[in-house]
Amino acid sequence: MDWQAFWLTIRLAVWVTVILLVIGIPFAYAIAFSRWRWKFLAEALVGLPIVLPPTVLGFYVLIVLGPRSPVGRFWISLTGQPLVFTFTGLVIGSILYSLPFAVQPLASSFSGVDSRLLAASAVLGVSKLRTFFRVVLPLSISGVVTATALTFAHTMGEFGVVLMVGGNIPGVTRTLSINIYDQVQDLNYSAANGTALVLVVIAFVLLSVVYSFNRSLWRVLP
Amino acid sequence: MRSVLLNSSAINSVERMESAEHRSHSALEVRISKKRTDGFELDLGFATPGGITIVFGASGAGKTTLLDCIAGLTAPDAGRIAIAGAPIFDSDRRVDVPVQSRRVGYVFQDLALFPHLSVEQNVGYGLAGIERHERKRRVQKMLDSMEISALQDRKPAQLSGGERQRVALARALVTEPSILLLDEPLAALDLPVRMKIAEDLRRSIQNLPIPVLYVTHSRDEVFVLGERMIVIERGKLIAQGTPHEVLSAPRGETVAQLAGFENIFDAQVTAIHEERGTMTCRVGSARFESSQVEIETPLVKAAPGTKLRVGISAGDVLLATSAPVGLSARNILEGKLVSMWQRDMIVVAQVDCGVEMFVHLTLAARDSLELRPGRQVWLIVKTHSCHLLGS
Repeated sequence: MDWQAFWLTIRLAVWVTVILLVIGIPFAYAIAFSRWRWKFLAEALVGLPIVLPPTVLGFYVLIVLGPRSPVGRFWISLTGQPLVFTFTGLVIGSILYSLPFAVQPLASSFSGVDSRLLAASAVLGVSKLRTFFRVVLPLSISGVVTATALTFAHTMGEFGVVLMVGGNIPGVTRTLSINIYDQVQDLNYSAANGTALVLVVIAFVLLSVVYSFNRSLWRVLP
Repeated sequence: MRSVLLNSSAINSVERMESAEHRSHSALEVRISKKRTDGFELDLGFATPGGITIVFGASGAGKTTLLDCIAGLTAPDAGRIAIAGAPIFDSDRRVDVPVQSRRVGYVFQDLALFPHLSVEQNVGYGLAGIERHERKRRVQKMLDSMEISALQDRKPAQLSGGERQRVALARALVTEPSILLLDEPLAALDLPVRMKIAEDLRRSIQNLPIPVLYVTHSRDEVFVLGERMIVIERGKLIAQGTPHEVLSAPRGETVAQLAGFENIFDAQVTAIHEERGTMTCRVGSARFESSQVEIETPLVKAAPGTKLRVGISAGDVLLATSAPVGLSARNILEGKLVSMWQRDMIVVAQVDCGVEMFVHLTLAARDSLELRPGRQVWLIVKTHSCHLLGS
């Protein structure tokens, strides 16, 4: 067991989950309540990472974050370091990759809140923002749990984007899934088995939490 | 002593003048038109003084849309809504007060209590901007006056229908709204408790200093709560006044149904008898054109050939098993008993006398007349039991 890779993977998953909850909630709110006519385009865009091969996503992230792109140049001028093949670059790639797994369960449970409750809140003089925190969010706890667990599990298991954006640098970008790939390349099957089993157990525990909270998971998955 | 008396009466008269001036604005003024995306169109206007106004209409008549327009949950296409003279919506002057600032108390049909909050938190929900101690004091006072203090820590799911209803009313009233809207607040309750709760509700709302709009399609509630009523049919206002006024001169099917007309016929005036104060109408239902049934009705302003509708209450029709003689009633229709069924303690008899007519009988009458389907019968209807409705 490569503990360095294990803790790196956990660290990545925690960062991505926390950031995705913070930016995913307003995103999901917009998708759930906006009456914008082109909303379906935004929804399709958010759902893209589910159907795209991770290498495609990783490729474009690599191009956009690379040292020759405007974003990459700006980052280098700011920090003196490139974005690709660093932990920060990995976090950004993973956020894009796991975005639908945070936004879709949240949007689904937000829009499931009875619209008459929102009307009641408005009539009682309470603003939309306060209504969100006092009514919508408390009634969407199962959606928040689902989003958290799925984002965490999905980020832990990613491979393609990590390889494209992060490479394979021990302690910086070498996650468990890359680790397994290395171990198999070295024909070290027993070590690969140990690492793979850890990922299986974590994924199973997280999904059990989701299912115990929300028995109709299929509704929130695409 | 004398001067004190004079003073107090002077004060009284000043107060009276002020309140009279206040009353020069209608407590609620509504004139709106609104076309919904499903094609339904609401287009009506009315004004009410304070107190309870019943909004009566069948489901789908536009009652909830009307309340949503007043509350600001839906914007009318055009018109004006004013409470005590102050506009909250005016399309000409581009006034549209946002829903959060309208100070409307709205009790929804399904009550819309917040399921994750306790009774106390539900009632205090609209007082968020108020200092904590003051908020607690006002909530407690409201819980006491609604007699629900003992329930304050419960969640809505742990309450009975009647308790939930009181919580919803308390939540609306504690914010001291400038108008109270109640959308079929008793619809979710079982019939036996409904009338008792209607009575409680009337006691809670009848002395409020603000206008109250009470939407219902139950005639029992109209009579328990009614001071004034408006009747809506397919988005239009078709009658208004006291329940007595509205029901004694029923116009339109909604009112006819409310007044309890089981028999409603299309009719055409065939002759006018000005000297007798009556007229003759040919009536029919589905097979109107071929019908030969004529009845005598009270006279209204109508020329021969005018089409209108006649409503006859099933309880106003007499049934005889032999041809009656020597009766004052002008309408005696021969027919055949088609079927009978029992509803609670009355028997409904369906009679074919050229048109289909429903008659209410007592159980004893059915038994003593030995009625059975197929039997020849005569129906007797007084002229003044034939109510003319606008078509």
